[in-house]
Amino acid sequence: MIQNIPLSYFLTISTLMFFLGIYGFLTRRNLITMLMSVELILNSVNINFVAFNKYLYPQQLQGHFFILIIIAVAAAEAAVAIAIIINIYRNFKSIDVENVDEMKY
Amino acid sequence: MADFTYTLLIPLIPFFTFLLLGLAGHKMKPIMAGLIGTSGLGASAILAYSAAISYFWTGHSAGTPYTSIKAFEIPWLHLTDKLTIHLGVLIDPISVMMLVVITTVSLMVHIYSIGYMKGDTGFSRFFSFLSLFSFSMLGLVLATNIFQMYIFWELVGVSSFLLIGYYYYEKPSAVAASKKAFIVTRFADLGFLIGILMLSFNTGTFDFQTLTDPHGPAIAQAGGAAFMGLSLLTWSLIFIFVGGAGKSAMFPFHIWLPDAMEGPTPVSALIHAATMVVAGVYLVARLFPVFALGAPDALYVVAWIGGFSSLFAAVIACTQTDIKRVLAFSTMSQIGYMMLALGVSGYGGEEGLGFMASNFHLFTHAMFKALLFLGAGAVIHAVHSNEIGDMGNLRKFLPVTHITFLIACLTIAGIPPFSGFFSKDEILVAAFHSNKLLFAIEYLVAGLTAFYMFRLYYGIFWGKNTHYHHTPHEAPKVMTIPLMILAFGSVFAGFLPFHDLVTSDGKGFESAIDWFVAIPSVLIGVVGIVIATILYKKESAMPDRIAGSLKYLHRWAHRKFYIDEVYLFVTRKIIFRYISVPIAWFDRHIVDGTMNGIAGMTVYAAYAVKGLQSGKLHQYAFVFVSGAVILVLIFVYLV
Amino acid sequence: MSILNLFIIIPILTVGAILLTRDLKHSRLVSAIGMGVQMILSFVLVYLYLTERAAGNTATMLFTYDALWFPTLNIHYALGVDGISVAMIALTGIVVFAGIFASWKMTHLPREFFISLIILASGVFGFFISIDLFTMFLFYELAVIPMYLLIGIWGSGPKEYSAMKLTLMLMAGSALLLVGLLGIYFFSSPDPHALTFNLMEISKVRIPIHMQRFLFPFTFVGFGILGALFPFHTWSPDGHASAPTAVSMLHAGVLMKLGGYGAFRVAIFLMPEAAHEQAWIFLILTAISVVYGAFSAIVQTDLKYINAYSSVSHCGLVLFAVLMMNQTAMNGAIVQMISHGLMTALFFALIGMIYGRTHTRLINEMGGLMKVIPFLGVVYVIAGLASLGLPGFSGFVAEMIIFIGAFQHVDVFHRVITIVAASSIVITAVYILRVVGILLMGPIKNDHFLHLDDAKWYERISTISLVLAITAIGLAPYWLTNMIDYSLAPIVEKLAAIQLTSLF
Repeated sequence: MIQNIPLSYFLTISTLMFFLGIYGFLTRRNLITMLMSVELILNSVNINFVAFNKYLYPQQLQGHFFILIIIAVAAAEAAVAIAIIINIYRNFKSIDVENVDEMKY
Repeated sequence: MADFTYTLLIPLIPFFTFLLLGLAGHKMKPIMAGLIGTSGLGASAILAYSAAISYFWTGHSAGTPYTSIKAFEIPWLHLTDKLTIHLGVLIDPISVMMLVVITTVSLMVHIYSIGYMKGDTGFSRFFSFLSLFSFSMLGLVLATNIFQMYIFWELVGVSSFLLIGYYYYEKPSAVAASKKAFIVTRFADLGFLIGILMLSFNTGTFDFQTLTDPHGPAIAQAGGAAFMGLSLLTWSLIFIFVGGAGKSAMFPFHIWLPDAMEGPTPVSALIHAATMVVAGVYLVARLFPVFALGAPDALYVVAWIGGFSSLFAAVIACTQTDIKRVLAFSTMSQIGYMMLALGVSGYGGEEGLGFMASNFHLFTHAMFKALLFLGAGAVIHAVHSNEIGDMGNLRKFLPVTHITFLIACLTIAGIPPFSGFFSKDEILVAAFHSNKLLFAIEYLVAGLTAFYMFRLYYGIFWGKNTHYHHTPHEAPKVMTIPLMILAFGSVFAGFLPFHDLVTSDGKGFESAIDWFVAIPSVLIGVVGIVIATILYKKESAMPDRIAGSLKYLHRWAHRKFYIDEVYLFVTRKIIFRYISVPIAWFDRHIVDGTMNGIAGMTVYAAYAVKGLQSGKLHQYAFVFVSGAVILVLIFVYLV
Repeated sequence: MSILNLFIIIPILTVGAILLTRDLKHSRLVSAIGMGVQMILSFVLVYLYLTERAAGNTATMLFTYDALWFPTLNIHYALGVDGISVAMIALTGIVVFAGIFASWKMTHLPREFFISLIILASGVFGFFISIDLFTMFLFYELAVIPMYLLIGIWGSGPKEYSAMKLTLMLMAGSALLLVGLLGIYFFSSPDPHALTFNLMEISKVRIPIHMQRFLFPFTFVGFGILGALFPFHTWSPDGHASAPTAVSMLHAGVLMKLGGYGAFRVAIFLMPEAAHEQAWIFLILTAISVVYGAFSAIVQTDLKYINAYSSVSHCGLVLFAVLMMNQTAMNGAIVQMISHGLMTALFFALIGMIYGRTHTRLINEMGGLMKVIPFLGVVYVIAGLASLGLPGFSGFVAEMIIFIGAFQHVDVFHRVITIVAASSIVITAVYILRVVGILLMGPIKNDHFLHLDDAKWYERISTISLVLAITAIGLAPYWLTNMIDYSLAPIVEKLAAIQLTSLF
């Protein structure tokens, strides 16, 4: 069944997700939304991994392992990021990135 | 041939007394320091006399020429394959004669100073410097090579500096004078150094015996024109003469000498009258064969500088009112005589009359000029002033000083039978046979000399009845005895047979007084004395009237022809203000400014790019993404 | 194990021992003992060297020691000395020893001060004993870095500015130098697998002339910056003025000599052809240094600035003589390095001592000090006279060897420029006498100065050891020049082998 769906479909989806993620990352001011955009980017990559793995090397599972690692890292990253965001909130009373520009020069 | 190795001790004894007094002098009783210095020099003097006697008479077989003997020599510094600096002792007629002059005058000055400097702070320091000076001066005259001479040349310069300024170091004028003396002579020494460099480069030797050998490498290279029509040898000798002119206060390097009179009077007698200032004459005499045989043009320069200086100084001396300055200009004038005599001399036999006369005059001048200075010192000691205006009628108070001073004045005026007559006569004869114009100048100077010396004499010992705060009293015995000894020397030194002893080629020659020259020269001396007697023996308004009628000349001469001002202009204005200050400014603002500018540019660049690090997350993300996109595009389409 | 290793080990041990001490009293004592031993060791080295030579050892480098350190790049820890380095080591020993005594009252962070000072000294010692270019460079950097701390922390006046300027300029020099040294390394052997940093090995091959032309300026200017080559000398006045006494002494006395020594040992020794071709440019620059430094010194009013500019002038003479490239002049350059090192260290020590008493370094505010501090005054006059080249002191010997050596050159250009450089002796006399006249003589300007104390015992040790060294060289220069002469032979042979053509 899955063999009938061409690879380009997966790629189209993942590309759309990727650029949505980029767009969201660049345009959103809210740190949580930006974090979500990053998740979107990561997941688009995951889709690519699985799809290529299935279509190019159906006998092997490296792609799946990779996405497992990425998911694990993404979870950890999200935890760290949210911790940072909470700290930012405590310091700035806001999670708008426009306000957080102390780290310069 | 006698062994002269012991002459090494002549300079070394003062050196050791210098070390002793310099290191431990401040712990001694002052009189102790004086005695150590004096006895050390006394020992040197005895050795010098015995060396002179054995060289000239006992150790010398009559009829043979006097040769130069290298009594001692060690290598001191190896330079190139050919050039090694040696330190040694050279014994020949002029060095032996100088030994006698230096040790005699120095011993007299030592003895005199025990009285003169009594009670002064820094008594032992003074004696240690005197020893240092004696050591340097003796080392200078004994030098076996020109570089050793240069070494001691510098050392006498610094001793003179120390004795003028370091002694009275709280007196600003003395400090300034010492600085001036050192720097002016140092400038001349640069000429000397360049001369040595050129001479050694061309001849490959420093050694006097090799240099002055008539068949040696130096004279063999005579001739040819290297630069401005003169040969290299001539140029190097002219440069060396610049050094000599600096030390001997010849025009235009004379300006330090009058100021050097700020030093203690015994120092003036020793250094600035009898010994150090004749070093230039000695230098020319030392290299005389090279001058005479290799570079007559250089000798011509020597003659004219000498002649001009003697006239120039004599004119100024007539107008000065500080007694030591009068004597200083008189020294300059007399050294001019000596230089002139060397300049007009030829080499060998009768031709070398000028050479002999110059050394003869050096010898007699040392005696009578030291006497004059020490006498002036005794006067200053009594009156506490240097100005003629503060003196007068002192003959009753200072009988010994008066008589000895009179003897010295008669000697310098060239009145027979005093020694000055003989030596000056020989110089005039030599000039007469060589250059009539120079002869005329010297003839005039002889008259001027007699005039200004007697102006001084009458000003001090006759003239007006000055009222003194406390009655002047004669100096103690320790000061008057040296005066008497020197007076004895001044009277009788003229009978020494110099024409047998000190000649340009070591061979004696017959010399008789040329009455054709002698009588007019005595006459002009007498005329000078008579004029001075009329003008100054009694207080009168005549001198002022005459000065008034010669207004400009008098004022110019009184201000020493403004040479000092020219120097001041050159040093203060040009060197200081127009060279040093701009260079320092250039260094701070241009060179350093460039360096700071580079640093500033770095900072500026950093500021310029720091805006990129704005802290705005979106900007970073945008730059990052667009960078990635651009890289992708590049890789896709261009690679 | 060679005796030379001790020159590195003793400073390390001293630093270790200082770490264990707690206050000024102990740390200065430990430093004095350590550096005293080091000084004695350097004299022993001179003695051993002379006996070794007398015994007929003709090797270029004695007491060699070689350990492979970094095999991939063939970097060795290679030590060895010849007469020149032995002389420089003896100089360093004396100056460091005197420097410790000059900072006897360093109350601010004494431990750290002495540690930095000794690290600096060990860098200098290491530089002089190593014959591997890499090790040499390493020690060079080791000597330069503590300077920043020493000036920045213990300095006076605009110390941060001066420290930064000095370090940055010297680092720029290091950068040029590194290019030069690496260039030399890559052409050190025709076989790309046998490249070496060893000085003696490289001297046997001929670096291609086109590379020499390129590398020589880098190496020479790199070392020249440390040797105060005009126009890269401006770190020197500011740096010296801000540095504490002992640091000025070490810096002007020894560290600047690294420049001259390196220019001679590396740049000219390894690249004689290019040196010969390009000498005229640098000769002009150094002659400018000599005269220009002296003129600048005339108008300065701060004692340290005067001495710093005088150092520029004297160090210019070192590089000038090195560039003359004949045996006598190069000999003079080495003697001048030693002589200037001693004299300038003495000057800076005295200036520090005077400053410690009067709390000013401006000469116009002082006067008549001879009366109140006669010992320091007399030593100052001695230092001044030595500096203006009075016979009997080392300066005269050095200058005369240089001038005579340089004047032996066949070229008229070289002889004329020698006369230009020689004119500095007059200008030197002017500024030295000006200072002596204003500072020591005349009336006392400030009543506060009437109650000054003369030198303490530790100050006397510091100054007398330097004065003794200066007079020893001045009175009997023969042994020193002989020792140097022997070691100049390989360089002179190398120079003689190349085609010497007249420049103009």
